[in-house]
Amino acid sequence: MELVLALGIGILTGSGVWLILRPRTFQVIIGLSLLSYAVNLFIYAMGRLRVDAPAIVERGGAADPAQYADPLPQALVLTAIVISFAMTALLLVVLLAARGLTGTDHVDGDEG
Amino acid sequence: MTSPEGLLLAMLILPFLGSLTAAFLKPAARTPAWALTWAATLIALGIAAYLYPAVEGRAVLRNEIEWLPSLGLNFLLRLDGLSWIFSILVLGIGALVTLYARYYMSPEDPVPRFFAYLMAFMGSMLGLVLSGNLIQLAFFWELTSLFSFLLIGYWHHNQSARDAARMALIATAAGGLCLLLGVLLIGKIVGSYDLDRVLASGDLIQSSDLYLPALILILLGAFTKSAQFPFHFWLPHAMAAPTPVSAYLHSATMVKAGVFVLIRLWPVLAGTDAWYFIVSTTGLLTLLIGAWAAIFQQDLKGLLAYSTISHLGLITLLLGLGSPLAAVAAIFHAVNHATFKASLFMAAGIIDHETGTRDLRSLSGLYRFMPITATLAMVAAAAMAGVPLLNGFLSKEMFLSASLAEHSGTIIDQALPALATLASAFAVLYSLRFIHQTFFGPAPQGLPRIPGEAPHWMRVPIEILVVACLLVGILPAMTIGPYLATAVHSVLGDATPAYSLAVWHGFNPPLFMSIAALGLGTGAYLLFRKTLNRQDGAPLIRRLKGRKIFEASLAAIVDTARALERLLGTRRLQPQLRLLVVVALLAGLLPFTRLGYGLGDHQGTVVDPGFAVVWMIGGACAIGAAWLAKYHRLAALILTGGAGLVCCITFLWLSAPDLALTQLLVETVTTVLLLLGLRWLPIRAEEVWPGGRAASVTLRRAIDLTIAVAAGLGMTLIAYAVMTRPLPGSVSRFFVERAYPEGGGTNVVNVILVDFRAFDTLGEVTVLAIVALTVFALLRRFRPAQESVGAPAQQRVQNAIDEAREGRQVGDTLKDYLLIPRVIMEWLFPVIMVFAIYLWIRGHDMPGGGFAAGITLSIALIVLYMASGTRRVEARLRVQPARWIGFGLLLALLTGMGAWLFGHPFLTSYFGYLDLPIVGKVPAASALLFDLGVFLIVVGATALILIAIAHQSIRRPSASILRQQALEQGEG
Repeated sequence: MELVLALGIGILTGSGVWLILRPRTFQVIIGLSLLSYAVNLFIYAMGRLRVDAPAIVERGGAADPAQYADPLPQALVLTAIVISFAMTALLLVVLLAARGLTGTDHVDGDEG
Repeated sequence: MTSPEGLLLAMLILPFLGSLTAAFLKPAARTPAWALTWAATLIALGIAAYLYPAVEGRAVLRNEIEWLPSLGLNFLLRLDGLSWIFSILVLGIGALVTLYARYYMSPEDPVPRFFAYLMAFMGSMLGLVLSGNLIQLAFFWELTSLFSFLLIGYWHHNQSARDAARMALIATAAGGLCLLLGVLLIGKIVGSYDLDRVLASGDLIQSSDLYLPALILILLGAFTKSAQFPFHFWLPHAMAAPTPVSAYLHSATMVKAGVFVLIRLWPVLAGTDAWYFIVSTTGLLTLLIGAWAAIFQQDLKGLLAYSTISHLGLITLLLGLGSPLAAVAAIFHAVNHATFKASLFMAAGIIDHETGTRDLRSLSGLYRFMPITATLAMVAAAAMAGVPLLNGFLSKEMFLSASLAEHSGTIIDQALPALATLASAFAVLYSLRFIHQTFFGPAPQGLPRIPGEAPHWMRVPIEILVVACLLVGILPAMTIGPYLATAVHSVLGDATPAYSLAVWHGFNPPLFMSIAALGLGTGAYLLFRKTLNRQDGAPLIRRLKGRKIFEASLAAIVDTARALERLLGTRRLQPQLRLLVVVALLAGLLPFTRLGYGLGDHQGTVVDPGFAVVWMIGGACAIGAAWLAKYHRLAALILTGGAGLVCCITFLWLSAPDLALTQLLVETVTTVLLLLGLRWLPIRAEEVWPGGRAASVTLRRAIDLTIAVAAGLGMTLIAYAVMTRPLPGSVSRFFVERAYPEGGGTNVVNVILVDFRAFDTLGEVTVLAIVALTVFALLRRFRPAQESVGAPAQQRVQNAIDEAREGRQVGDTLKDYLLIPRVIMEWLFPVIMVFAIYLWIRGHDMPGGGFAAGITLSIALIVLYMASGTRRVEARLRVQPARWIGFGLLLALLTGMGAWLFGHPFLTSYFGYLDLPIVGKVPAASALLFDLGVFLIVVGATALILIAIAHQSIRRPSASILRQQALEQGEG
């Protein structure tokens, strides 16, 4: 699984980087989305991969951390997902406003 | 607060508090602003006087407030003899200047602002002298630079005041930076910034390799602040400030800050050859150049400014000599200079105020118009010249006798007595010129105003200071004696030499030198008085224009910066991003070039073929989206959604159900969001490249492709290398073990979010709320591009059908669109709502929680909007997302603050179980309420963003746009 996920992260990163270097605003938005998928998966993978061991502990005393997937990267990624949504929304609106003002969807506001 | 420590803090806070209050007064509130300043200063002065017993006999009063104890940095107020005497100077002269300023400032000036700056400056200066650690000292040092900038530039409508303020700020703040670096080095040597520890580590500092750099940096700071040659240029220009400011900054405070630091650190820094040569040479040069330049000034305040430079040079020289006796003289002269120079500045202000000019050449015979001011000014000027029976004489005697003593045996040492006598003669000359030219001779001709005596209360501050000069001058041992002793002992400790404060020491060499200086100065004045009036600038040093050098270097810096920006900067996004990615790539590569790349031996999970297939689809989606994003936006968007779904499946597969849930929901909302944005983007047809694509384009794409592939490959390699190594111990252990016993929840991820790290979550939802409001605000003034204003193509087709057929009205097709699904979607609304609440409640124990629930509810709203159309929904349902956000934030905050009621820190959670009828026992944690706040904010923010974008489609374009469009169509 590790190799597959690592390759997946790589493909998402590559596609994302390619797109954020492109001149059209929509490409940049899509690129950022792909890049944030890659980053989220990467952060998540830093807690290593576990199958069938969600961090839902038993009621009662202190749980054994070895039995569960690492909850910390998950909490971080959860936050990151929501923030990247906010970022996408803000970027979209800024780009739409820029398109209205400058008449072009080039990232620099002119077709140069 | 009534303990000495508390009073000390109160003394420092009072001026700042007063400043803040004065800043909010109306510009016309002259008297309240003045009364406030006067009261705050007098109370602080009273406290300072009251605290004297606490510093007697080398005692030190400390008030330490923990700030960053882990870094050894605490907010530390420290009062000893030296800082006490400086506090009295700062506050005492501050009080007198305040009184004077009340009569000096004209009714047109915004006086509250003046007093606000003045008090803030006073507070900063107090903070500087009371600082018990070096970082804090540097901080207050910069504050004095900042507020002196505001004070010097107070008449900001005046170009010269603005230039002077900027010059003073650049010179002193740059010096302040050097000082900070210097004290950082001292802190590195000593291992502490605490002044007491630094003062006890003299040998350690002087034997360190860092001694010389630290010394030079600290001296740079002190010399710029105390206007020492060659950094003296800013001080004469700062005379563009209102006279009360000059009287305050250039007698007792600003310029004394540098001297103060030199005295403060004298015990640890002085005594080496480097110190002797740098400090005494600088002091000597400044003393001579300042005095020489002062003789040739035609402006009253200019003369006083150069005389200030010269006296500061004298103090610096004394400190540079390195003998304890000279240090005593330095401290004494610092106090004396403050008293006579403040009174002289105020007298100059009165002359300016009454006659309308400060030009010595047009002034004459003012004695007959203002005898009292004239008498006061004469006494003060005599003190400046060092005439016996005045305080200036005493410290000058000490200086002269120090100049006679053997210090290093070098040429400086041998020439010192002669040079000291010469400088004293210069002082006599310019003091005499100041007085004689202004007050004696024939009545003045052609003055802008007929002068008269100033208001009584405007003279009172000068009277008080002159009386002080006289008292100290006649009865030194009974007046200043004990306080000076306390200050000197606090600096020199056991090294304090025997010194005598008597007026008469018998016929000794210093007396002869004094007499020689008096005679020389008077003689020179009688000889050259006519010639002096014809001089424009001082001979010999006329070419030595600090200002020109300053301006030239400033211009050079600005030009270099501009040239560098032209050379290296770009405003284009693509090169910037390219650079960013390449730098990140190189930074990522660097460790591998040194340590090599290798895999660990951690046993990973077994590959499931299904998982591989899923990722084959995911990879294809990602590449497809990258391929199509330019010309086929909708397809790219759908493919991106596909990649998002693959992420979601991955999370689910690999034990992260919360992430999978949130990812799925956010994916939905993001897709809708981008879909709503699509219609405002321009139509883009595939480009045709006649004669093939330009080579530059192909090259750029090839470079970008290489970068992208390298980035992807790098991430793959790093991610794989990490995943083949075992997980090192982390704080996760703590979270898993304590989640249930201390957080009362079994879903660890959720407990982390709403309990352990709730503060982070609060910050995050606040960001979300701010983003939503920003989006809303941006869209309120949204102007779509011309071609996007009309109805979209599909709607036009539908409307055309409606118009063509009989019995149909425009909009009918739209109304019937998706009728059956619409009914189902409308019915789904309450179902999804209940599901959202369910997600919220179970979040603490099972996958779910406030985030997921909030987005679910906003999806319910979106579904409703999509099914029924914006107008129909809003006719029946009023969603007010801003309120949801407000209530949510309030609820989260109140839940957090609730912990305070029980004496716990902010956001401490409580949990227990509730027995509800029918439902049974349910867990009830205060974290659930917090999560409800998160829930409300997420609903509000998401709905606000989406509705704001959706509204753009039903907004009527503004009249001007429609008109323009009609015009364009007409032309077409």
